[in-house]
Amino acid sequence: MEALTAIVIGVLTAASVYLMLARNFMRFLFGLVLLSNAVNLTIFASGRMTKGAPALVPYGEDAPLGVVGNALPQALVLTAIVIGFGLLAFTLALAFEGYRRMNSVDTDEMRFAEPKEDTTK
Amino acid sequence: MSWVLVMPIAVPFLTAVVAYLARNYPAGRWISLAGSVLSLVASAVLMAAVLDQGVIAAQMSNWNAPFGITLVADYLAAVMVVITAITGLATAIYALGEIPEETESLGFYALFQTLIAGVTGAFLTGDLFNLYVWFEVMLIASFSLLVIGGGKDRLDAGIKYVALNLVSTLVFLSGIGLLYGVTGTLNMADLREAVANAENQGLITVIAMMFMVGFGVKAAVFPLFFWLPASYHTPYFAISAIFAGLLTKVGVYALMRMFTLVFVGDVGFTHEILIWVSLLTMFTGVIGAAAQTDFRKILSFHIISQIGYMTLGLALFTPLALMGGVFYLVHHIIVKANLFFVAGLAKQYAGDTDLNRIGGLYKSAPLLAVLFIIPAFSLAGFPPLSGFWAKYLIVKAAIELDAWFVAFVSLLVGLLTIFSMTKIWGMAFWKPHPEGYDPTPDRAPPKVTRAMIVPIAGLAAMTIVIGFYPEPFVQFAQTAATQLLDPSDYVTTVLGVQP
Repeated sequence: MEALTAIVIGVLTAASVYLMLARNFMRFLFGLVLLSNAVNLTIFASGRMTKGAPALVPYGEDAPLGVVGNALPQALVLTAIVIGFGLLAFTLALAFEGYRRMNSVDTDEMRFAEPKEDTTK
Repeated sequence: MSWVLVMPIAVPFLTAVVAYLARNYPAGRWISLAGSVLSLVASAVLMAAVLDQGVIAAQMSNWNAPFGITLVADYLAAVMVVITAITGLATAIYALGEIPEETESLGFYALFQTLIAGVTGAFLTGDLFNLYVWFEVMLIASFSLLVIGGGKDRLDAGIKYVALNLVSTLVFLSGIGLLYGVTGTLNMADLREAVANAENQGLITVIAMMFMVGFGVKAAVFPLFFWLPASYHTPYFAISAIFAGLLTKVGVYALMRMFTLVFVGDVGFTHEILIWVSLLTMFTGVIGAAAQTDFRKILSFHIISQIGYMTLGLALFTPLALMGGVFYLVHHIIVKANLFFVAGLAKQYAGDTDLNRIGGLYKSAPLLAVLFIIPAFSLAGFPPLSGFWAKYLIVKAAIELDAWFVAFVSLLVGLLTIFSMTKIWGMAFWKPHPEGYDPTPDRAPPKVTRAMIVPIAGLAAMTIVIGFYPEPFVQFAQTAATQLLDPSDYVTTVLGVQP
């Protein structure tokens, strides 16, 4: 299970790097989404995986009995997902507004804060 | 006890809520100002408690460390919180003059106070994942503040700033995940022991590098700084001042914290890299500034250059160097925020920030000229201003280690800083205005000018006080450095009486 997760994380990261190298800002954003999911999986996997043992406390006990899944990374991932969701929503709105004002999603053409690159070469 | 630590974070958050509700009324800005004053009071109380007890810690909801979230303040954290409150107050006053009403009604003051809360939280937390959360609070507020008010250049700058900062956050977050996987804890004091006892030290070094990259982007060190000069010259001046003063310093603070408390197993490798990164940061920053002719772009590149000095203090890793690093951090926040404030007022008077299109400020606004020369020469390291002592400590630490090349680069970068500052001085203040008119202070309403000059004068006065009376500040920095190099107090305070 760990090996499979590791491969999935690797594939997600590779795909996200490929997407993020593009000049199109939307592709960059999709890459960012993939990368953030890869990171979430990393956190999840680093808490070790326990199959079919939810962290539940039986009635009348103070602590779960026997070996149960690690609940902490799940809480961390949940926090990271919520935060990531908010940030990506903001970034998407920013990209849309940028597209409306600058009429482009090509980062080479979006050069209003910095001097334009010399393209005559 | 725990209230002392919670208040500096809670006050700006509550202010943000109230300021948001009052965003359509003139009362909103006064609420923000009152909140900033209260933050300063809260941080002063915190500072008094830390001076009294050394290190103080509080467990949130009484979940004992390392299981719950810890808030902790040592000397370094306390001084950063105080300086955050001071810069916040200065910006709140400055914003009264600069920020137009329609931006206020978009919730400017709520975002601004949230930013202060996020920065303060990042300084006070003792939990790594909680640090990530504070970083995000700070980031989302800074994203909005950067693009607020619109305009193509702000959107363009915002997109680049957002994109690179999000990538760095993800690197930082995966570092946290892996570190948890290796050690099973996220409490920073607990991590010190756990990291030292970890079996696979090679993996720890890899994780340390992920943290260095993640925080390095935030701090804008050498190969990772490109977002900074692309964005800091576009927003409102109040915003760029608080960004310039505080945001990159949160990255430096996080580096200082992690690389003195947790990642000290392979100092020869990690801190050696930091030395070279610092030197290159100092040098490329100052060279980049030399090529610019815009007031704020020059200052932006100088942020990068000065960050190098602070990380150099960490990288040399001796008591004297760290002391210099801490001193530099405090001095730089005051000076840099002030220079951006001056740039804003210069634009009010002369109409632009492009140095080729302004001039004559010395003749028409001599007070502003004096208030520029104080932080500018302090930045360059002229005695007896605060920057001199900061540079002196770093260079002395380098010479004590026989690191002559490091000392040479530090002095050379100081010299080149003077070049940039005299360029601004000559072009904005001395030469006549190219379009032939006198930049008259009367053009702006006196209310605006007054709100903008008060924080400039206040911060300049602080620079002079630190310069002429450095003894208590140096001693403070010395204690802070001692605590950083020997964090046993920090660890025992956080973890209670455990061995």
